[in-house]
Amino acid sequence: MTQVIAQAPRAESFEPDQNSPKSNWREYFSFSLDHKVIGIQYLVTTFFFYLIGGALASVIRAELATPDSDLVAPELYNGLFTIHGTVMIFLWIVPAVTGGFGNYLIPLMIGARDMAFPKLNAIAFWMIPPAGVLLISSFFYGPSSTGWTAYPPLSILTDQHVGQAVWIASIIILGTSSILGAVNFLVTILAMRMPGMGMFDMPLFCWSMLSTSGLVLIATPVLAGAMILLGFDLLAGTAFFNPTGGGNPVVYQHLFWFYSHPAVYVMILPVFGIISEILPVHSRKPIFGYKAIAYSSIIICVLGLVVWAHHMFTSGTPNWLRIFFMIATLLVAVPTGIKVFSWLATLWGGKLRLESPLLFAMGFISMFVVGGLSGVMLGSVPVDIHLHDTYFIVAHFHYVLFGGSVFGIYAGIYHWFPKMTGKMLNEFWGKVHFFLTFVGFNLCFLPMHLLGLQGMPRRVSQYDPQFASINVICTIGAFLLAISTFPFLFNAIFSWIKGEKATDNPWNGLTLEWTTSSPPIVENWHGDPVLTTGPYDYGMEYAHEADLLAEPSA
Amino acid sequence: MNKSRIFSIAVGLSLIIIASLWYGQNNGLLPEAAATEAILYDNLFNSLLTIAAAIFLIVQTILIYSMIKFRRRAGDDTDGIPIHDNFLLEIIWTAVPTVLVIWVGIYSFDVYGVMQNGRPMSMGMGMPAMTHNHLGMEAAHADMMNQMDQMENSELNTAVASASEPLNIDVQGMQFAWIFSYPGTEIQTAELHVPIGREIKLNLSALDVIHAFWVPQFRLKQDTIPGMATSIQFTPNKLGEYPIVCAELCGSYHGGMRAQLFVDTPEDYEAWLVQEQEDLASSNSKNAIASTEILSQHQQLLAAQTQKMGISPETLKSLPRTMPN
Repeated sequence: MTQVIAQAPRAESFEPDQNSPKSNWREYFSFSLDHKVIGIQYLVTTFFFYLIGGALASVIRAELATPDSDLVAPELYNGLFTIHGTVMIFLWIVPAVTGGFGNYLIPLMIGARDMAFPKLNAIAFWMIPPAGVLLISSFFYGPSSTGWTAYPPLSILTDQHVGQAVWIASIIILGTSSILGAVNFLVTILAMRMPGMGMFDMPLFCWSMLSTSGLVLIATPVLAGAMILLGFDLLAGTAFFNPTGGGNPVVYQHLFWFYSHPAVYVMILPVFGIISEILPVHSRKPIFGYKAIAYSSIIICVLGLVVWAHHMFTSGTPNWLRIFFMIATLLVAVPTGIKVFSWLATLWGGKLRLESPLLFAMGFISMFVVGGLSGVMLGSVPVDIHLHDTYFIVAHFHYVLFGGSVFGIYAGIYHWFPKMTGKMLNEFWGKVHFFLTFVGFNLCFLPMHLLGLQGMPRRVSQYDPQFASINVICTIGAFLLAISTFPFLFNAIFSWIKGEKATDNPWNGLTLEWTTSSPPIVENWHGDPVLTTGPYDYGMEYAHEADLLAEPSA
Repeated sequence: MNKSRIFSIAVGLSLIIIASLWYGQNNGLLPEAAATEAILYDNLFNSLLTIAAAIFLIVQTILIYSMIKFRRRAGDDTDGIPIHDNFLLEIIWTAVPTVLVIWVGIYSFDVYGVMQNGRPMSMGMGMPAMTHNHLGMEAAHADMMNQMDQMENSELNTAVASASEPLNIDVQGMQFAWIFSYPGTEIQTAELHVPIGREIKLNLSALDVIHAFWVPQFRLKQDTIPGMATSIQFTPNKLGEYPIVCAELCGSYHGGMRAQLFVDTPEDYEAWLVQEQEDLASSNSKNAIASTEILSQHQQLLAAQTQKMGISPETLKSLPRTMPN
């Protein structure tokens, strides 16, 4: 701990509040070019959409509390889960983890003044609110009701023509925003690192954003293409995917999943990076296996591009394709396992500060492992054939995307809130938030594994009464999960306005963002940032005692 | 690293492995298995669940142990001992998962091959591993044979052995019902009857949008895709009535798109066929009756669902227009 203070650059004397973006709240509603303002704009905007998506989920679970379709009309029910999925993916997790944390942290972590293309950055952000409003507004005239996958011919023959067209339009806008962001991250990370910082001196979050941006650049244009063709089929009567005109609906599934499986990695890789940042700081130990974690991100990125058809094992996919995609899918478990075990080894023998950031990070590992293991099971073709399109899948991807991504986002917010706002979050309410979320989440999604195995398909508003009691448990869990958001929301708002002032480096972190003021000034540092230590050089004074299995107290 | 530490790690690991093995065999998560393919499936599933349970328990144990043992004590502001890597450990946790997933891949491959039995691998890639035999597969075969032996009807065993040609039945999915046609007859029904112990091949098609034919008790699912023929094969081995569920979102009443599958004894099945044919023959015009019969069966099926959902009769009337003749 002492070496932190000794190694922090002392060349400059910081003047925290001067030119700080918080001195003018209007800046957050403007076309600001400051990457920190844009990062916070992303986080706050996407959190707003998260609340909307969560409200939709509450209605879905309320409908499913009984086996009959009795709360909302079946057509509206389909609209609810379609918009729920679309909002959570395209307006919450993807923009929050890439645009939000990426924008805020990447320049600070690599010692840059801003992103490579600040204007492009602002444009990418300002595409999101109109696309989001467009999508949500479709509830006034009938939302898209064909699932977030929008498989043709259903999405072409749908009664909600306008809703479907609006859905396609907002996906294209959001995809474009994502591509613009990815170009920016790639160039920033590759070209704007401070002098003296090599690729392997970067914090691991930068590595994860590098892999993520590569994935976005390769995969998202394919989705845009699929959406444009689908739009033609829907509006102009073409027959790219419409079998009655000679089209092939399975081609759409290939194009769609070529993006949408990598999209899962776009949603989880940056969170892997966030976890790799938080664990060393709060367990006071270097990250275990830096290079293994960095390379595993790249391997996941490459493998992630060749596993898409595992979503189509029941779609009449040729057998040799099923086998190929099964093997590729199973192999993803290896680099993912390397990450998980390296995180556990990072915790092992540390001095764990069990406060909200670390609780959420450990909650992440605990929940993500469940989603990862059910993912390996689903990778096996025969197992998937039974479980495809059932509640087992719903459980699986919520363990990855809620237990994984959302827990990681919360961990990141608790960790960097002092840096972003200059205020500390209340720790008591942080713990309340964690326990409510953890219990509510498991109560809601763990029983869904059983539902799927026993025979309940997903995307239904009416189901076999034999599943009624388990569904009641899920619904109670979902409501608890909804309630768990409030302690966080109020904590964040009150702390931001009049919370305890944060020091520049409240957690004694070693990455560069902690060497500037909280919140950082425009252009991030007075003078040039100084790189005096590796990002994870904790406890170097005990280096001679290093042995993984040594007694920690020795 | 002292001996007592190694001992406690070994004990902990053994407990986890024993617990996982027990849970893998006694999880009770799957519904009853009513086809020979389902038994293979359950063995594969249980093996995967055993591995998953072991890894799950190892990870959670380490997390909870760390939270207790390595929590920061009040007043302790020092750092932990810096361990950057450990070559042996990293090799282990890369190699073990790699071997495990390759084993899972080969095992799944074998089970998949048997589940596809009789259906040629359509793209003809040679598939040398399909003939590959290993422990998991032998166990699965043994189980299947046991199951067969347990069947009391000895005629059935011979029937299984002799019936090389599968019984073909055509299945058509449409919003929001299934129609079953028995080739070589004029019979079209809204419920599926199959004889026990005979290999069944369902030829699937879809009229409007994509549906998926799923019988949870058979562990089998296949999309029905407009403009593309798909099929599914199984050998039912347990008498009874099972749900047929549509598993692909197909519109507003997707949740109501269900039908019943009856596994009959061969005698009952024949009797049912004869009965259906007599019903058909007693009519003046075969075609008209055939289609009106399905229509009425269909409307009964739908009425049960529609009453709950409050669809107007007009919506119902529009449905027959999509019926085949």
